[in-house]
Order: sequence, then C-alpha cells, then structure tokens
Amino acid sequence: MPSETATTTQAAYPSRLNAFVSGLWRIVRSIHLPLSDPFAMIGIIIYLVFFLVAVFANQIAPHDPTEILFTESYDLAADRLPGEDGFVLGTTSLGRDIFSQLVYGSQSALLIGLTAAAVVAVIGTIVGLISGYFGGVVDMMLMRLADIAFGIPFLPFVIVLAAFMEPSIWNVVFAMALILWRDTGRVVRSQVLSLRTRAYVEAARVSGSSNLKIVFRHIAPNILPLSFLYGSIAIGWAILTEASISFLGFGDPETISWGYMLQDAYASQALSTGAYYWFIPPGVCIVLVVVAGFFISRGYEEILFPKLKE
Amino acid sequence: MVGVTAPAIDGQDHRDEVVRAEGVAKHYQVGSNLIATLRGRSALVKAVDGVSFTLKRGESVGLLGESGCGKTTMGRLLLKLVPPTSGSILFEGRDTATIDGADLRAFRRSAQLIFQNPFEALNPRLTIRQSLAEPLENAGVPRAERLGLIEEALELVRSPSPAEILERYPHQMSGGQLQRIVMARALILQPTFVVADEPVSMLDVSVRAGILNVFRDVRERLGLTAIYISHDLALVRYVCERTIVMYLGRVVEDGPTEEVVHEPLHPYSKALVTAVPVPHPDQSHEALPIHGGAPDARNPPSGCRFRDRCPHAFERCAVEEPKPIQQGNRTVYCHLFDS
Ligand SMILES: Nc1ncnc2c1ncn2[C@@H]1O[C@H](COP(=O)(O)OP(=O)(O)OP(=O)(O)O)[C@@H](O)[C@H]1O
Ligand SMILES: [Mg+2]
Repeated sequence: MPSETATTTQAAYPSRLNAFVSGLWRIVRSIHLPLSDPFAMIGIIIYLVFFLVAVFANQIAPHDPTEILFTESYDLAADRLPGEDGFVLGTTSLGRDIFSQLVYGSQSALLIGLTAAAVVAVIGTIVGLISGYFGGVVDMMLMRLADIAFGIPFLPFVIVLAAFMEPSIWNVVFAMALILWRDTGRVVRSQVLSLRTRAYVEAARVSGSSNLKIVFRHIAPNILPLSFLYGSIAIGWAILTEASISFLGFGDPETISWGYMLQDAYASQALSTGAYYWFIPPGVCIVLVVVAGFFISRGYEEILFPKLKE
Repeated sequence: MVGVTAPAIDGQDHRDEVVRAEGVAKHYQVGSNLIATLRGRSALVKAVDGVSFTLKRGESVGLLGESGCGKTTMGRLLLKLVPPTSGSILFEGRDTATIDGADLRAFRRSAQLIFQNPFEALNPRLTIRQSLAEPLENAGVPRAERLGLIEEALELVRSPSPAEILERYPHQMSGGQLQRIVMARALILQPTFVVADEPVSMLDVSVRAGILNVFRDVRERLGLTAIYISHDLALVRYVCERTIVMYLGRVVEDGPTEEVVHEPLHPYSKALVTAVPVPHPDQSHEALPIHGGAPDARNPPSGCRFRDRCPHAFERCAVEEPKPIQQGNRTVYCHLFDS
C-alpha cells in the first residue's frame, strides 16, 4: 500500500506490519488446529499428501487421464495389469492409465471438498452469527429456513438437482451450499447466544462499539474453531457425495474423479472380471479422505468439547 | 454532549440535572417457551417496577439493596443497555429512548459503566492496550494520540507500572489490577456520568480499599456524577453522600447517606442499618434482623412490597402502594409517615 506509507511516518509502518502479522497469527492460533491429537495429525498428513498430489498432478501423472493409450506395436493398451507395460496400476478396458486417473481424481476431490467446506462454513457461520446476535424476526426466519433444510433429504436432493442441471462437479457444491449450512448455522447460533451475554460484550457496547465491530472482534473469534470443525466435516461429505453421484451416473463425464472411475469400472464389469486394481484404488482414496476428515473433526471436538475425552 | 437541555416537561429548570428517571420499570418474561407456559411456569419478573429519582451534576449516589432487588437492572436501564418496559429516563434533559446514531455515540462517550466482575469484563483474547484502545477507536481519537491517553488513564487509576502491563492479557493479571483497568477504560473518554456496579464485590478484601479510594478521588477530580451500586451500607457510606435504598424493584427511601445511617425512616432501611455492625466477625452481616425469607421478584406482595417482612405492617399496607413522602431532606415510601 504505497499511498499509505506516504501518509504515515516511517516508524508507524513496521508497527503496522507487526500488527498485521500478529493479527494473522492470532487468527491461525484461534483456529486451534488439533496438532496434539495423533489421529488428527494422521488426518492432516493424509490431507497434506492429497493436496500435494493434486497440486503437482501434472508432474506426477505419467499420462493424460483421458487419453486412449497404445503400445509400441500400435495395439490398444487395454486391460493391462498393474506393472504390465510400465502402467503402475494397469489400464482401463478403454486403454486409459488408472494411476493417472487416480492422480487427477485427487484434483477434483480437492476442488470439490475445499469449496464445499468453505461454502458450508462461511454460509453457516454468517447465518449463525446474524441469527444468534440479532435475534428477533431475522432469527426466526433464518431458523425456519434451517428447519426446512433439515427436512430435505440430502442425497436425493443432490440427485434431483444433478438430473435437472447440466452435469457438473459444481452441482454437489451448490447442493451443499443450499442444504448443509444448516448444521453449522444452528451450532454457531447457539454458541453466539451464550457469547453475547458475556460481560465483555456489554463492555464493548458501553465503549461505543458498533454491532459489526462487536460481532467481528468479540464474538466471531470464539466460533472460528466451530466453523472449521464443520468445514472439515463438509470436506468428506462433499467428496463422498460427488462419488455417489458419479457412481449413479449423474456426474460430469468430462471430469475425472474417483467416483467417475468407480462408475467406469462398474459399467465395464470390472467387478465380475476381477479387475481389482481398477476399482480398489479410487475406493481406498475416497475412504482415506473421508476418514481423514473424520479424524480431524474428532480432534476438533476434543478441543471444543473436552468432556468427550472420557 | 447530548442535546443540551431540551425544555423539560414541567417547565422547571433542570439544567443541573444529569439523570432523571420517571416511573421506570423493567419486566422480564421468564420461561416464556410453549412448554413452560402450558405448565404454568412462565412468570413476569418485575426486576425494576416504577422507580423515580434525579441525579444532580457532580452528585454521587449509592444504590443500596439486597441481591435481586434490581440494582444492576436499574444501572443497565440508565445506560441504555436495555430499554425500559415503561417510564422514561432523561439524560441531560433528553429521553434516552430517542437517542440514536451520532447522538448515541456521544451518549456512549459520556455515560460509562464499571463492571462488577473484572475477570469477565475484559475480552480474554485482547491485550490490555487493545481493550483500552477500543473506546478511543470508537470515539475517533487519532491513532497517534491513543497511547498517551491510555497511559494517562492508567495513571489516573493509579495502576502500577502502566508501561509493562499494556501488552499483557487479562489472565496474566490479578483482580485488583484488572478492576483498575476496567475503571481506566470507563474513564478514558472523560465521561460525565458513571455507574459502578459493585466494583469491589469480586475482589480480595485486601485490595478493596485501594479501588474505593481511586473511585472516590477520581469522582471528585473529574466532577463525575456517579451511581455506586452495592448491597453493603458501609461501602456506600464511604463513597456516597446520598443513598437510594431499593427493595424488590422499588425505591423505599432516598436521602443523604448520613441521615439514612443515623436515623433510618423506612423499616427496611432500619433493618439494613442494624445489620451493618461488623465488629463481630462471626456474626453474618448478610442476615437481616427481619423475619421472612429472601424476597422473590416473581410474586411480590400487593400494596407495599415489604409488608410481609415488615414488623409495623397494618391493613393499609396490603391494599395501597405507598407514595413518596417528603421528610426533611428525605423521601420515604411508607404509610407510617403519611399523616
Ligand atoms: N435478563 C434477564 N432476564 C430475566 N430476568 C432477569 C434478567 N436480568 C435480571 N433479571 C431478574 O431481575 C431481578 C433483579 O436482578 P438484578 O440483577 O437487577 O438484581 P441486583 O440487585 O443487581 O442483584 P445482585 O446484588 O445479585 O447483583 C432478579 O430477580 C433477576 O433474576
Ligand atoms: Mg447486580
């Protein structure tokens, strides 16, 4: 911000930078990553591995996942077993490299998981904050909306949505945004209800702080860990849901995802031909990320609600 | 300053009046959910029920009464933290119900609260400097001037080593230190009116005197109009020249502290005064020499609120609510004084 440095003294600049860094650090600390919990640690490591694989997918995957491959003698390289002809996990019955599909699958999983988590956490947190802090009519309307969202069965809703819309991985994210904010919203709201009666919140009001300032400075920092808990639960949900949708054939045929791989394997009779190398790896990947999300959220719960430890 | 003296309703000159409460009531509906209502458990708590008084500029008034009689609620009403159910509160001539926007910001600068529990009154995530800077930010004090004002306020409350505590967090400090900081925050914008809600009741006896002296000195130095809430007559006597005695949401007696102490008029004030002698440490000074249990704001008696515990109660007390009766410098709400 050069225009700001021009107006502030030289001494003020580093202190402002310091304030920024310490503010950032405060936020990171207030998220309370459950680093001391070994299971949560495993979860975080699993996420980290998939994250790196997704980021460096271009470098890791030996082939284009949709490319139909041929051997040097121009035969279709279909149904190769793992290791055969240099295909790490073999190929599909259409001659596509399974390992490359798996690697690129992590990209869509990451994309869906993270955006869904962000959307669910952000919408739920905002709804919960507004509802809990302001109360009254706004609260009543938002909570009736949440009741409606609770009444809609999630998976059938996503299927119907996917059937009516263009097939796309974003359908899942969209559906989660429409439905799954309800859990986050409810929990955040009840937390806010207790936080807003704290004496220091009243003190802030007496000091002349606006509602916005009170919410952001005195209330929101206390509910960030909750938002992250529900966000981390949403990651697993989103990936699982996308896999289900793809497996049922409502997925996006243009995007390689683990669910798509399963559907492809299933439709090509991989189960009856015993091509385990085709459907087990994507299945394992799905289980791993879902379990990782579960581990992390368990770690969070033990921080947030220590009584569960008994 | 908020709207400099609007013409008062009764045409009198109220210019030296800072606060005026007129028939102020605050009722809470408790247990108002469906199930409680069906089971007949929902009730109306009359926390404050028709309180009137005025505070002159520079006056310091004790609000005295047992736990649950509505002292804190009264303080919150005066500071526009909760709206009254009925009645009105005038601050410097202006009805607080109509204060909003820029006027509300000005009101927040001039009317402040010192909290009962200093351990809860400061956000545990913020450093002392951040907590003290908050009112300054809200008042638009330029960044460069804030540190100076913070240090000044800390000196005003005689906080030891102000420079060192600025970057500390509340949990690193003692109750006495914290209460000084809470006071500094209340005083940093030089308010005209301060409500102190039992500011020493959560503190060690050893540090109480220090806090009380600071409060007394600051009040005099800044010429504050102050309300000091307490259930302890000895403390009120130490700090305030005038005392308002409350019982179950009502005022029972209002007058100069020394007169109330030496010659209490209302039977309830008498009970409070007799309860004060503390020299015998084994004698609980909470127990009042009157019969009957602690009052319940849910089902107050008809007529005079105090009649079921009053040794002088007669028929009239059950049917008629006592009106304010002037006795010299004092106002008393009791049928005994109605000639
Ligand atoms: N927000 C509220 N909702 C419901 N009831 C309330 C609320 N605030 C206060 N009350 C009730 O109003 C009555 C008066 O409460 P208040 O806190 O004003 O008393 P107090 O004189 O300050 O007592 P203490 O000495 O214990 O602080 C009590 O019966 C209390 O339970
Ligand atoms: Mg109180």
